[in-house]
Parts: sequence; C-alpha cells; structure tokens
Amino acid sequence: MSMPLLAIEGLTKTYPGVIANQDVSFAIGEGEIHALLGENGAGKSTLVKAIYGLIRPDAGRMLWRGAPYAPAAPHEARATGVAMVFQHFSLFDAMDVAENVALGMDSPPPIRQLAANIAQVSTDYGLPLDPHRLVGDLSAGERQRVEIIRCLLQNPQLLIMDEPTSVLTPQEVEILFQTLRKLRGEGRSILYISHKLDEIRALCETATILRRGKLVASCDPRQSSARDLAEMMVGTALQPPERAGRAEGAVLLQVEGLNLRAPSAFGTSLKDVSFAVQAGEILGIGGVAGNGQDELLAALSGEMRARNGAITLEGRPLGRAGPNTRRALGLLCAPEERLGHAAAPDMSLTENALMTGAQREGLVRGGFIDWTRARGFAEQVIRRFDVRTPGPDVTARALSGGNLQKFVIGREIMQRPRVLVVNQPTWGVDAAAAAAIRQALMDLAQNGAAVVVISQDLDELLAVADRFCALNAGRLSAPRAVAGLSMEQVGLMLGGAGDMEVAADNAAETLAQARSGVVHAEA
Amino acid sequence: MIASMDLSSINPVVLAAALMVAATPILLAAIGELVVEKAGVLNLGVEGMMITGAVTGFAFAVATGNPYLGMLAAVAGGAGLALIFALLTQYLMANQVATGLALTLFGLGFSALLGQGYSGVSPPRTPRMDFGPLADIPVLGPILFRHDPLVYVSLIIVAAVWWFLRYSRAGRILRAVGENHDAAHALGYRVRLVRVAAIAFGGACAGLGGAYLSLIRVPQWTEGMTAGAGWIALALVVFAAWRPWRALLGAYLFGGIVTLQLTLQAAGWRIPVEYLAMAPYLVTIVVLVIMSSGRARRTLSAPGSLGRPFHAAG
Repeated sequence: MSMPLLAIEGLTKTYPGVIANQDVSFAIGEGEIHALLGENGAGKSTLVKAIYGLIRPDAGRMLWRGAPYAPAAPHEARATGVAMVFQHFSLFDAMDVAENVALGMDSPPPIRQLAANIAQVSTDYGLPLDPHRLVGDLSAGERQRVEIIRCLLQNPQLLIMDEPTSVLTPQEVEILFQTLRKLRGEGRSILYISHKLDEIRALCETATILRRGKLVASCDPRQSSARDLAEMMVGTALQPPERAGRAEGAVLLQVEGLNLRAPSAFGTSLKDVSFAVQAGEILGIGGVAGNGQDELLAALSGEMRARNGAITLEGRPLGRAGPNTRRALGLLCAPEERLGHAAAPDMSLTENALMTGAQREGLVRGGFIDWTRARGFAEQVIRRFDVRTPGPDVTARALSGGNLQKFVIGREIMQRPRVLVVNQPTWGVDAAAAAAIRQALMDLAQNGAAVVVISQDLDELLAVADRFCALNAGRLSAPRAVAGLSMEQVGLMLGGAGDMEVAADNAAETLAQARSGVVHAEA
Repeated sequence: MIASMDLSSINPVVLAAALMVAATPILLAAIGELVVEKAGVLNLGVEGMMITGAVTGFAFAVATGNPYLGMLAAVAGGAGLALIFALLTQYLMANQVATGLALTLFGLGFSALLGQGYSGVSPPRTPRMDFGPLADIPVLGPILFRHDPLVYVSLIIVAAVWWFLRYSRAGRILRAVGENHDAAHALGYRVRLVRVAAIAFGGACAGLGGAYLSLIRVPQWTEGMTAGAGWIALALVVFAAWRPWRALLGAYLFGGIVTLQLTLQAAGWRIPVEYLAMAPYLVTIVVLVIMSSGRARRTLSAPGSLGRPFHAAG
C-alpha cells in the first residue's frame, strides 16, 4: 500500500469535562474523497481543527506523507497544503469577493491581479463568480464558491469541507460534486464532513465514523447501506417519523398579499406572499436561508407588523396585532435562532418557559409571576420532550443545541397552539433529537392544529409536510402536494438555479436517492 | 433684534481659518475612534483619553519647555489609558460600554489630580508653520497656510487612515476583524492583538487631540477643559458612517458651527449665549437621530462585530 497523504495516529483532545477525541487513528490517501461521519458533538470539528492548526491535540501525532506534521497555526497548515472550507463563520459580508479571498491567503497578490485569478479559476472549475460583488449580497451557494475558490488559489493537496451542502439547493449540490470529482481527478484529496449519508455514498470511497469522540468504524460507504451507516453513527436503530392519514380541515391561518420591507440591509423583503394552512395540515416552506424566512416568521409572530388583512387567523385579521394578542388567540411561533431569539441565553429554563407561556398557561396573576406554576410548566416541557438537563433552574446557554431546541419547540407545543410556525426546527440538532421534534410536530397536526415548517432541509420537509412551497428572494411559490413531488421539481421550485441549467439534468438522478432515504439522510 | 447686529464685522476668511483650528481636536479624536470601531471595538472613553492627553501634554510641555515633547507625552498618555481599556475588555472580558464610561470618569478625575498646580500657567508657544510665499496668497493663504503643525498632522493622519483601511493588507485585516471576528479567528488572524493595537492608536489620537486643546487652542490647563469634545468625536464617527473623509467633513462642519456661534456672539446677536452654545450638540443629536432611523440606517454600514465581545473558542 502506498504512503497515505495524511495519517492520524492516536489523536486525543480533551476539554474540561469533555473528551472531544479519544485515540482516533485513520489515514487519507492521495486522490481520495474521504468522508468523516458523525452526529453533532461526535468530535468531527475538533479533529478537523487539529488538522488545520486551530487547536493542538493533547496526545497522538499526525504524519504528512510520512513526515511529522504538527501545525501550530492555520498558516502553517496552509503552507503544507491543507485548505479548509468552513461550515460558517468565515466570510465578511461588507467586503467584496476579491477582498474575502485575499484575507484567506498568506501572501495575496495585488487585488487587481487577484480578481483576474479569481475570474480564471472560477471559470476553470465551473463556479462562476464576480470578484467585485459584495459578499453580503451573494446567495449561500455563491458564498460557498468564494470559500472554495479561496482554497483552490492556494493549490492545496488536502481540502477539508465541513458540512458543505447544508445550505445548498439540489442543483448547487450537483455542481459542487462535479467540482469535487474534478479535484480528485487532479490528484487532490478531500476530507468531506457531513451527516447526509446519501451524499457520502454518492461521493466518497472511504468513510471514518466517529461517535462520542471515538472512532467506531472505517468502511467503504458505497458498500454499506444508509441505514447501516446511520446506526453506526448513532449507535441505535432510528425510528422514521410516522403519522396516519389526515382529514381535510377548516382553514386556520390565511396569509394574503403579504408585503414587508426587510428591516436590515442584508435582509430580504417579502413580496406578495400568500398561503393558507388547514387544521391538521403541515405546510412545508423550503428555500435557502436568507430568502425571507426570518422576515416571514417575524411577520407571522407579530415582531413585524403588516397590513391588518394580510394575516388572518380563523377569519380574524391579525396583521397589525402584537405577539401577545396572537399568542392569546393561538398563533404560536418558534424562531430559528435558539440562543438570543427563541430563548434568552442567560436566563433559566423556568424564566424562558415563562416568556412565551405566561398568557396561555396562566403563569402571571394580577401582574405578579406565579413562580410555582412557571417552574411546573418548565418541568412539564422537560419531561414530555425528554430535554436532558439537571433541572429547570439551569440557564438556556448551558443546554446543548438539540436539547435547547427540544425545549423551545416543546414550550410552544405544550401550549396547545391552533397554529404553530417553526423556522429551521432541526438546524444543528442531532439525529435522535431531530426525529423527536419531527414526530412532535406531526402529532400536533394529527391533533387538529395547523403547522407551518420553514426549513432548508428538503429531506425534512418532504418527510413531514403535506404540502410544499418554496420561498425564493422573498416570493413564495404556489404550494404543491408533497406526495408525488420529485426532487427535481423541488429544485426548480426553489429557483436560485440561475447559471446552473447544465447541472439540472444530473441533479434528478443523484438526488432522487435522497428522497428515499429521508431519515437516514439527516442522521 | 437682528437689525441691531453688525454682520459686517464677520470676516469669512477669519471664520474659515478659525474653523480648522476648532475642528482639529475632535477630528483627531474621531479619526482614532474610527479605527477602533472599524476593528469592532466600541470605546466610549474618548473624553477621558482626551483630557488625560491634555493634562500630560501640558505638564510635559511646561516641564521641558518644548511643546512637541508635550504632544508626544499626550500620545503616550492617551495610549496608556487606552491600553487599560484594552486589558479590561479584550483579556478580562469586561463589558465595553461600562468600561468605556468608567474610563471617561477615571480620566476626568485623574487629569484633575495631575493638573493641580497647573492652573494659570502658560505653556510654551507652538510656532506656526512657515509656508513662505504660500501664506501670502489672498484668501487661501490665511485660511490654509498659516496654521500650527498639528492642523496639518491631523489632515495627514486622515489621509493615512483612509489609505490604510482601503489599500493596505493590514487595514484589510483590521476591517475583517471588525466585520466578523469569528471568521477572522477561523482564518488564523489574531483578533485580540489587532484590537489592542487599534485601541492604542485610538487612545494616542485622542490624547493628541486633548493636547491640541491645552497647548494650542486655549492654551491653558483648566479642569474638565475638553467639555464634551470626546462625545462629539464619538458621534462624529457614526455621522461619518465610518469613513475617514466624511469624518473630516463632519469635524469641519462642527468646527464651523462652533466658530460661527462664537462669532455671532461677538457680533452682538442678542439671543442668550446658552442657545448658541447648545447648537452644535443639538445638531449632532438631530443628525444621529436622522441617520439611525429607518432607511438611512441600512446605508450606515456599521462594522458587523462592533461592540461584541470576542471569545476565542477551541
């Protein structure tokens, strides 16, 4: 066997109270796309940060083509030939593409020459990009191209990609895959981190699976089923969400001709958005983040006021009503950002439960807080939604993403809403928690509530929703029944394909699999 | 009434020249704070750093008999106080707003302590620049070419900051740190180091601005002599939408109002002095309200990480 490009031997990293990586060993060969699989918190990020020189491992060593490799800082890693495309946190909105690329390089050429290089490389690899555009104005797919091109300009041997497809449309995913295969053809190696198993099976030839910081298996993902991979990752068998057929109900929430200006420079204005949700129905709203999702949720929750007749709940106009009025009438919302929007990070779970539950649960009497009842309500949410926490006095910040998400969604569901609107309900949540949240949403609809799920995760929407529509640049497409909807049609509804017609043909076949493996895909 | 006032006594050339002098201290403080905020740090201690610079500059100039050594001392004094802020906010994670306010209060008290015994003392004179024949050009000469060196230094600093932020690699890194510190950290930039350097620069500029007051503009030491100039400088940064040349424009606009106010009083405009003295501050408030409301806010383009504490994770 030839010498691997990068060998990792017995790597261990501990943080106070947590073992992030324990004795992890594996090797990445030359010209190989190597998958790193694991749930959130399995230690993938820590491992990758060690390779990229952002942290130092406590024990173990790395070998680069047989020579010891211990980068003390990212620029050393880059000098060796390692480049990384981050999941988030690495672009600067208020700067243009060329400046963003320059910031990722150790000795960038003058900006004008760099712009020319960017234009050249982006055409070579089929990733069109204008170097002079402001990054804040780019779509998620285009932003990722900026990152990839930033890496490619440094001619890396090993490209690390952390969850690259989580924000892409199906067409964009296919373009990305073509680029990655082309890079492999040039003899470069790619370390591909994901929890979307169908992608990994389509792209990678080796997979390393981590669970709770330990290596549990190395395998060829093309030879294993998605279900097997998921079970290796999670450690237990997963239950796909289940629900009985539904009966036609009365329209509970009606939105008609909703126009709303974005509150911030990089937000998206809503343009003539109309839809209706019936009792017992789940409406899925797909689309890449930044296309008006946050604004739509704000309009529905009452954080932003609209024309009074634009939003009606059971025939009652509510467009101008504030959040408390809407809550009292049964329209509840769970926003995307857990820390800071859905929950106050430094307040206890009891206090957080009180904040939205005060009215409907009668937690405030005569202007005074009934702490006993508030605490009781928080405890109920914790018990019923299996929130892993020592108790309701813990601050929201102390909970893991999945547990807090279960808490904030559970908090709304426990208030027996007539209509529930959730934005990205399983973003950054591990597979087991995601399954629990989806099941809870489906049970809620089953019991006669109307549910609106806004999500970027198409697999999720196709699994839970009865009807699907797409939000693109602030416009909402007409809803279509999920039954019988193909991934290709979904992709076209999402739009944002623009310069990607080429890929549309291939998109269908590669992504058709994704539909079949809904549960595993998220696992 | 107005009819009784003698507008002919107002000489526009003198007014324009005085405007540049009146604007220089706040321009210096504002351009320093602009760099600090571009790096994502909100230092509300400008007033405190200015007055510390004013007193250290004054004391050193008196002790050495050399105004330029005094100015250097003011730079060191302002930067020194700023480094306390840097230590507290960047390493001990103290709240930036509270620490900045504390810095102002501390600076006011500390300068009063240091300044005891300097009241009524005259500092060494700072000579004006000699531009030879340029100074004799009609109109332009008196306006542009008969000032003290610091007026020109302040203009050079504005130009240098503009060039630095726009064209240099270090400036790009500084903007990156201010725009998104998590991203800058992920790319391997030393967020804290950049910020500490920016804070020190801001303190140095504020100190120099203070020294301009005590050594050139007034020139004398009195307790609390900055009289809110530091706050105006802070407002100016927002007014300028974090752009150096706009800060210059804003500072001169403000200097113009101050000068006009003084001239109008001298010309016998019979409205209470207090209204005129309030005018610049009222204008600042109005501008801030207009700029931070609704639509205008979008074009403000404040640095993305402004005022947010940075915790290096992992």
